[in-house]
Amino acid sequence: MKLDPWPFVIAAYAIVAVAVAVLSLLSWRAMRRAECAVEESRRA
Amino acid sequence: MPAVHALANPARFLRLARPLTPVLFWLGLALAVFGGWAGLTQTPPDYLQGDAVRIIYLHVPTAWLGMGGWTGLAIASLAYLVWRHPLARVAAQAIAMPGAVFAGLCLVTGSIWGRPTWGTWWQWDGRLTSMLLLFFVYLAYMALVRADNDRGGDGRIPAIFGIAGTVLLPIIRYSVVWWNTLHQGQSIGLTGSTIAMSILWPLFYTLAGFTLVFAAIVLMRMRALLAAAKAEARMRRKAAA
Repeated sequence: MKLDPWPFVIAAYAIVAVAVAVLSLLSWRAMRRAECAVEESRRA
Repeated sequence: MPAVHALANPARFLRLARPLTPVLFWLGLALAVFGGWAGLTQTPPDYLQGDAVRIIYLHVPTAWLGMGGWTGLAIASLAYLVWRHPLARVAAQAIAMPGAVFAGLCLVTGSIWGRPTWGTWWQWDGRLTSMLLLFFVYLAYMALVRADNDRGGDGRIPAIFGIAGTVLLPIIRYSVVWWNTLHQGQSIGLTGSTIAMSILWPLFYTLAGFTLVFAAIVLMRMRALLAAAKAEARMRRKAAA
């Protein structure tokens, strides 16, 4: 029986979009936190 | 080569990385979104695979970045061992997480593509198994970096591991030639492609887009590692004073 490919295509796109968004967000947050800590240590 | 040495200065690197990070990220995201949209709506279905072929616009870039990430990690590791540039060590460490994520995404998208095309989620064939090994090697590298940092190591052991891991790259690349695999043979090469251009063209956008996003993520992680090291050094100086 041939499977409808669209649920598989949509699942692949959704997983990649979520994974790249989470990775980008976590990397950006780690960068901002670390750079803010440097600024704070300079002021202290 | 002198330009590479000049960039190995963290202050000079940061002056370049700060404005470059958002440019790479947003440009990459725009290209990837356009390529993804075009791949979903602007290309014909494949005569054999039908609409399942649209997963190619994600699967190929994630495979390219999973393997390309390790190539970058190995080059940075080699640069660290040869020239002892701390920035090379930071670069190798920053590549590991996005490299692992993209290698994992390659496995997941491949598995999802395999179900409607091959009739199975997974097959222990040469290409799939060697890519899974690369994913585990990324995880091992990250564990090794953490252990090395915890014991105050100089980063040589993870760097040697980073170089040794490159042995997997030709195995992944030629697995479809060396062994009979369920995975299709090479269809995109430097000299051309066996895929019709009417299907292939959005792939160039997703490839370029995801590569730029990957580069932006690596820059973010490098900036985080450099800032953390700077804050720690400053605290240590204050404690000693």
